[in-house]
Amino acid sequence: MKMRGARILLESLRCEGVKHIFGYPGGAVLHIYDELVKHAENLGITHYLVRHEQAALFGAAGYSQATGQTGVALVTSGPGGTNAVTGIANAFMDSLPLVVFTGQVPTHLIGNDAFQEADLTGITRSCTKHNYLVKHVEDLAPTIKEAFYVASHGRPGPVLVDLPKDMTAQEIEFSYPETIEVRSYKPQIYGEHKAVKKAVKAMLTAERPVLYIGGGALAAGAFDEVRELAEKLNLPTTCTLMGLGGFPASHPLSLGMLGMHGGYWTNMAVNNCDLLISIGARFDDRVTGKLSEFAKGAKFIHVDIDPSCISKNVPCDYPVVGDAKIVLQQMLKEIEEQVNDGHQISTHSAWHEQIAEWRRQHPFWWKEEGDVIKPQYVIHELHRITKGQAVVSADVGQHQMWTAQLYGFDTPRNWLNSGGLGAMGYGFPAAVGAAVARPNELVVSVVGDGGFQMVLNELATIKQYNIPVKILLINNGFLGMVRQWQEQFYEHRYSHSNIEVQPDFVRLAEAYGIPALRATKMNEVTHTLEKGLNTPGPVLIEMKVAREENVFPIVPAGAALKDMILA
Amino acid sequence: MKHTISLLVENEYGMLTRVAGLFSARGYQIDTLNVAPTLEEGVSRMTITTHGNDHVIEQIIQQSRKLVRIIEVTDMTVAPHVEREMVMLTVSARPGEQRQEVLSLVEIFRAKVVDVSNDSFILEMTGNAEKVGAFIELLKPLGIHDIVRTGPVAMTRVAHIKAQKLKDDDEEFSELTLNEKV
Ligand SMILES: Cc1ncc(C[n+]2csc(CCOP(=O)(O)OP(=O)(O)O)c2C)c(N)n1
Repeated sequence: MKMRGARILLESLRCEGVKHIFGYPGGAVLHIYDELVKHAENLGITHYLVRHEQAALFGAAGYSQATGQTGVALVTSGPGGTNAVTGIANAFMDSLPLVVFTGQVPTHLIGNDAFQEADLTGITRSCTKHNYLVKHVEDLAPTIKEAFYVASHGRPGPVLVDLPKDMTAQEIEFSYPETIEVRSYKPQIYGEHKAVKKAVKAMLTAERPVLYIGGGALAAGAFDEVRELAEKLNLPTTCTLMGLGGFPASHPLSLGMLGMHGGYWTNMAVNNCDLLISIGARFDDRVTGKLSEFAKGAKFIHVDIDPSCISKNVPCDYPVVGDAKIVLQQMLKEIEEQVNDGHQISTHSAWHEQIAEWRRQHPFWWKEEGDVIKPQYVIHELHRITKGQAVVSADVGQHQMWTAQLYGFDTPRNWLNSGGLGAMGYGFPAAVGAAVARPNELVVSVVGDGGFQMVLNELATIKQYNIPVKILLINNGFLGMVRQWQEQFYEHRYSHSNIEVQPDFVRLAEAYGIPALRATKMNEVTHTLEKGLNTPGPVLIEMKVAREENVFPIVPAGAALKDMILA
Repeated sequence: MKHTISLLVENEYGMLTRVAGLFSARGYQIDTLNVAPTLEEGVSRMTITTHGNDHVIEQIIQQSRKLVRIIEVTDMTVAPHVEREMVMLTVSARPGEQRQEVLSLVEIFRAKVVDVSNDSFILEMTGNAEKVGAFIELLKPLGIHDIVRTGPVAMTRVAHIKAQKLKDDDEEFSELTLNEKV
């Protein structure tokens, strides 16, 4: 059947199994919106109207983080596209599969400085995995097919498809390609046998190994394999900020998060290990601290689907390129074989005892001080009340680090945050995406008063669609993380980090028609949380917390892990 | 160290900016760049010379491989290969002694005179970087008015045609061994 391009786009989305898209209309995408209102229901596609394009991207990213599926966003040309750029860059840094459709001026006007024209493929070239400008309507369906393929295969990432308005108007016969072959894009899935063998041998001979899990392990869906490997070889296991939930936090082998705000025991274990086994992590500077001091006495095994990640920051001794899940399966098999050949598996009991001792010396802690609410306690209570089962989406700042430290994630895809880009404003819209994807689960968005004010317009979105996000606002009246650095590294000079001039958040939420609660004293925390979390639909829970609380431990920028400040 | 990287790419809209953008975004240097079609329609060969330590070169190769429209990336420098660039120069060639001197250099370097005027020549010469460099240096005192260089292109040597080549061409021989040492 002949259809116009706009309809072909929607039919293609259906073929890709897309159920939800986040978007915002404008002139260049009006044909698409017209088809949406006519056909979306038949096609089983629901469009969510956000209140700013950045939220469409963050929503799609949250959707993807919470499910592993490809998130989809639709925005108009020019300002719609430029507003989306932060969200695209975020997905690029955190390797989230997204397909972003942007409107573009009609092909005959491209390059003429037409109304609402922006060179979106040019602007996003360095923050997309790949992007396309569709110039012929017959390319539309194959391009969409390829866009979804590229976004989700290999190391995932955002892909942008720029759609000139005439491409959505012209008519053509619709047929969706069944298969796709991109000769120039063939990620390596299986690890080389020799490399696997060598890595396993190193694992079996290590005396103080640490298993180090990054976001790539989650992307590969390697949860079971990670756990099996850790248990089989008795490996103390740490997760990066992006890898949290990749190994159960409550597991006896779990070390929690490492890096700038990692546990003392975790960083000490990494610092003193003789073998660091990295699965889908990238040795980010927030993880390693001073590179030349990082795990100085250790050999490195690095499993990654992206060869450019291997030896990028730290020279790797045992590289294995491949999909984390597949490579771990290969490794588990290889372990069997080497054990059958007489290799012993060590219990590493002295090593575990040493790490436990470090943990006893300096566990996570906070000081109670009278009535004032301690933010760490709020997260602790959140974990207790939700039994660690909620989907938690944090924004960026101190509250993010406390959540990462104290809300133990036992399963993958329950932890959402902007790790690589560290984009304030992510937490709330991402929670919207997660709640759309997993409507029957409790979704809590832990936000700071700074980041929340960047995106609080989305209160209208959750009201409109009755999306049951529980916003947990940790209000300290400061850009807390900035204030902490100014306190610790700039002699208390609080330059432009005080945001105590702010709305009454409870009344603000109520103005949007959203119920809201507030706690101002320690003894109100539990009750307020319980009440808020049990309120059906969207709700805002404000915690007025201690204004100048700090996140500890902290590894100062550029310092070695072992030089973390504990209090 | 200097490296010659050869990239086989899908020849489509924006390809050059993708590659150039990758280099600039990650702080790599492009010393020379050459792009031209191959036998296969829609596929181009880019030859980039760059420099950096082993780590930087490895990253350049791996990051380039990630670009979705790049089919193949080869560091030509690690294997025996032949490298050539072409230079064109407008040089002074007033009738008499100067003209004779230019012509004798043309002869020695196996260059060509491709355009003649009253008092100047346009010369064309191909060779590896050293040869081109030497040619330019010798012409300088005679007066170079204009110069264009293509930047190197490179081809891997196939082992079994090596012996053949050695017999065919003495000049080739010295250059091949030179490249091998690099
Ligand atoms: C878009 C953006 N701008 C600036 C920053 C720098 N930054 C990092 S944390 C932070 C403070 C966040 O304050 P708030 O949202 O109140 O959270 P808190 O740290 O107090 O928990 C800032 C400004 C950022 N990460 N993102």
